Amino acid sequence: MSLKSTLRAATALTLITAGSAFADAHSATITIATVNNGDMIRMQGYTDTFTEQTGIAVEWVTLEENVLRQRVTTDITTNGGQFDIMTIGMYETPIWGANDWLVPLNDLSAEYDVDDILPAMRNGLSHDGTLYAAPFYGESSMVMYRTDLMEAAGLEMPTAPTWQFIREAAAAMDDPANEVNGICLRGKAGWGEGGAFITVTGNSFGARWFDEEWNAQFDQPEWADALNFYVNLMNDYGPEGYATNGFNENLSLFNQGKCGMWIDATVAASFVTGADSTVADSVGFALAPNAEGVEKRANWLWAWALAIPAGTQQEAEAKQFIEWATSKDYIELVAANEGWANVPPGARASLYETPEYLEVPFAQMTLDSINAADPTDPTVDPVPYVGIQFVAIPEFAGMATEVSQEFSAAYAGQQTVEEALAKAQAITNEVMEAAGYR
Amino acid sequence: MATKASRSAARIMMAPAVILLLGWMLVPLIMTLWFSFRVYLPLRGGDQGWAGFDNYIRFVTSSAFWPSVQTTLIIVLGVLVITVVFGILIALLLDQPIWGQGVVRILVIAPFFVMPTVSALVWKNMFMDPVNGLFSHLWRFFGAEPVSWLSDASLPSIIMIVSWQWLPFATLILLTAVQSLDSEQLEAAEMDGAPWHKRFWFLVLPHLSRAITIVILIQTIFLLAIFAEIFVTTGGAFGTRTLSYLIFQRVLESQNIGLGSAGGVYAIILANIVAIFLMRIVGKNLD
Amino acid sequence: MARSVTPRRKLINTTIAWAIGLLIFFPILWTILTSFKTEAQAIAAPPIFLGFEWTLENYRVVLERSDYARFLWNSIIIAGLSTLIGVAIAVPAAWSMAFVPSKRTKDILLWMLSTKMLPAVGVLYPIYLIFIELGLLDSRAGLVVVLMLINLPIIVWMLYTYFKEIPGEILEAARMDGATLPQELLYVLTPMAIPGIASTMLLNFILAWNEAFWTLNLTAVNAAPLTAFIASYSSPEGLFFAKLSAASTMAIAPILILGWFSQKQLVRGLTFGAVK
Repeated sequence: MSLKSTLRAATALTLITAGSAFADAHSATITIATVNNGDMIRMQGYTDTFTEQTGIAVEWVTLEENVLRQRVTTDITTNGGQFDIMTIGMYETPIWGANDWLVPLNDLSAEYDVDDILPAMRNGLSHDGTLYAAPFYGESSMVMYRTDLMEAAGLEMPTAPTWQFIREAAAAMDDPANEVNGICLRGKAGWGEGGAFITVTGNSFGARWFDEEWNAQFDQPEWADALNFYVNLMNDYGPEGYATNGFNENLSLFNQGKCGMWIDATVAASFVTGADSTVADSVGFALAPNAEGVEKRANWLWAWALAIPAGTQQEAEAKQFIEWATSKDYIELVAANEGWANVPPGARASLYETPEYLEVPFAQMTLDSINAADPTDPTVDPVPYVGIQFVAIPEFAGMATEVSQEFSAAYAGQQTVEEALAKAQAITNEVMEAAGYR
Repeated sequence: MATKASRSAARIMMAPAVILLLGWMLVPLIMTLWFSFRVYLPLRGGDQGWAGFDNYIRFVTSSAFWPSVQTTLIIVLGVLVITVVFGILIALLLDQPIWGQGVVRILVIAPFFVMPTVSALVWKNMFMDPVNGLFSHLWRFFGAEPVSWLSDASLPSIIMIVSWQWLPFATLILLTAVQSLDSEQLEAAEMDGAPWHKRFWFLVLPHLSRAITIVILIQTIFLLAIFAEIFVTTGGAFGTRTLSYLIFQRVLESQNIGLGSAGGVYAIILANIVAIFLMRIVGKNLD
Repeated sequence: MARSVTPRRKLINTTIAWAIGLLIFFPILWTILTSFKTEAQAIAAPPIFLGFEWTLENYRVVLERSDYARFLWNSIIIAGLSTLIGVAIAVPAAWSMAFVPSKRTKDILLWMLSTKMLPAVGVLYPIYLIFIELGLLDSRAGLVVVLMLINLPIIVWMLYTYFKEIPGEILEAARMDGATLPQELLYVLTPMAIPGIASTMLLNFILAWNEAFWTLNLTAVNAAPLTAFIASYSSPEGLFFAKLSAASTMAIAPILILGWFSQKQLVRGLTFGAVK
């Protein structure tokens, strides 16, 4: 051994000891910004387990979705450095990743088994093939329907229904006298609320946001078909004031037995079959519908994922936490304590190979829905963008919210479908021109 | 009475407030002005250079601009009228000797303690929901068709929610003023046989004028910037997008700081127009 | 202008006042009631008024999930300090505007108000960048300063209006008696202005307590007040009404109690201040 390498080794050793001594003296604390959905709240409850295993303390900043989005976006774009881990979605991840604002997750440990993450999730959370956020749980959308009402109507739900069948079923189950609406769907303005729903509905009618030259497509007949179908369906068999209903409003209605069908996020399945539901025992599931002859279905893809902002002082600790929280072991920990129905769904393939989990009534349908969604090929005609219920470009959130406001006004009968589409076309083209796409 | 000494003393005493506010105003204002002339897109790599007046032109020519100004003014005006009128009535009532005055006063003032987000959520879901809301149950009880408040009567609904929040403020300020009203003068007028509306018009209202002014001015400031109530209830749909909501959409939803900053400058101009207009009408009450 | 009235009249007034009071209070009462329901009962149709099984479950969940005491403490510190500092700065300013007015007094007042007119969201980025530079993000000091500045124009305005009500002659008389300026402020003006100062402070405390834009956007862990606590209980995904109601009740309760006490203070101060 040469003097040089001895010295080097000695220095390295000193550094390591000094480093670990430092770590011991000031045991690290990481700050995590997260959304207040049920699975995240549950994760907070297990933080102590993590701290015991690693000696890393965790501070939580829990906020509701809209506030969280506002908060973390401000912090990441200004390099504010308030958080070591941020909980973000499939929309933000590729955009932020492209800006080099996130630490690439390309050196996760072998036992973490990154290949176990469902391909759809992995694609959606990557930019140029590099993973930037690890999915904590994922979702698609599907049909939830009342088996008792379907039976009474003498109908049987196919596993892959068409919109035409959905309309037929809604007509059959609609029962105003008993306060049962044939169908409940989102109409609330906002890109992540009604905007997401009408976009996937558009996909399932063969519509798309943009053609390959980034020209808005709201003047195409497919959009008119989709929107007219939706408005007629909801006016005929939907609840009062559906134009302001989002996920939660529909969840309440469905849980009270006021909806024959509800097409929404797969995570809703555990709520409508849970303790707060009055119809828990009679809920069936089916794939999101498509229009006859259209190969794309109306199901979206979303994941809440954990990402590390570039520039954090605690990158190693943050990575350790992410590996823990999105691991197979974490899923097993939750399953052991709270049962398989309560584990975070939709992220890992191995979960859907677990026999116990497949007994959960909505497990297989959730997986099938997720697998039916491909963010890189969302529409019938080719598009220049990635994303199913969104377009992964920075301008999308703002413009889609405005578009969905025009649609909501049409749902409320304040303008016609044609007027709404014309305005949507104008808004979208204006934004795209301003952003230099066309 | 102002001597030279007291004048300079006055200046010194005003200095801290003035200097602090000057700093608080100038620093963000200059930064806003700077951003408003830049192509500043945080999600596209930040500051992309000089924009000239593009942001200003784009903001004002957007189809959303004028309706948003109109919406802002309707909401401000609607809430002002409701809170001032009911505020005066409630203040006069609470000034009368009643049993449990303190409790009633707390009941009336309580809405002011509720955070805007919470009150908007409560109103939206527990009262105005067209299926499950208390109003819809009430309507059905009387055999009427429930109203989809937040889509069919969006502006009146928001005005109502906001008025509920600000009525306590108006009431409290006006009550303070009513209580300093000279009761002997009023009694004398009553003895002289002046009917109640004359007493109200010629004695009570002039006495309250300064308090009314302060209510109008301060509420206007807050109402011009009203945000949470719209964010929670309609998200700016159904013609409820105010100017500050439009700016929110540009800055945070579209992540276009330049465009939003230009909107911010317009908002300041609008606010100052409103303020000058108000001062013309009510300013004399401040002397 | 409280006067004696007939018992009949008093009864009528009492009835009307209570009816109005309860009507205005009802949404809050409803929130409090909801906080004792289960999530399913909270959205039940038809709504359940009292005939439900009262449960403390929501409060248990909320207390277990978040460190209420820390949020509460931050709220008290931030709202309290910003109000106190604000009043300390505003009293001299309002005094000089009210008693030594110049041509420009009204312009200055108007200008002060106009500093409040910049829409908060429009300056979020500038302020955030400044806070990063100064290392003030997630610090109570930073929030105290911001909230103080936000409310300072209101404080000055309200105090100015109250001070204008006080006849200048009294101050002049004190000055004749040889009172220095600080003495005049402390011993003559302040006692007379107590009701005005008290209600100004109360209102500003409430405004600072409820301020939900800056307090949410400039904090993370250390300085987060009750507005951030509330923001973790309304959820776009899943039922949340009962828990939100419990959290809201916990956020309102301290200030409601404070209001209750300061009410009594205010009334006493008012009768004192009515000497004119």
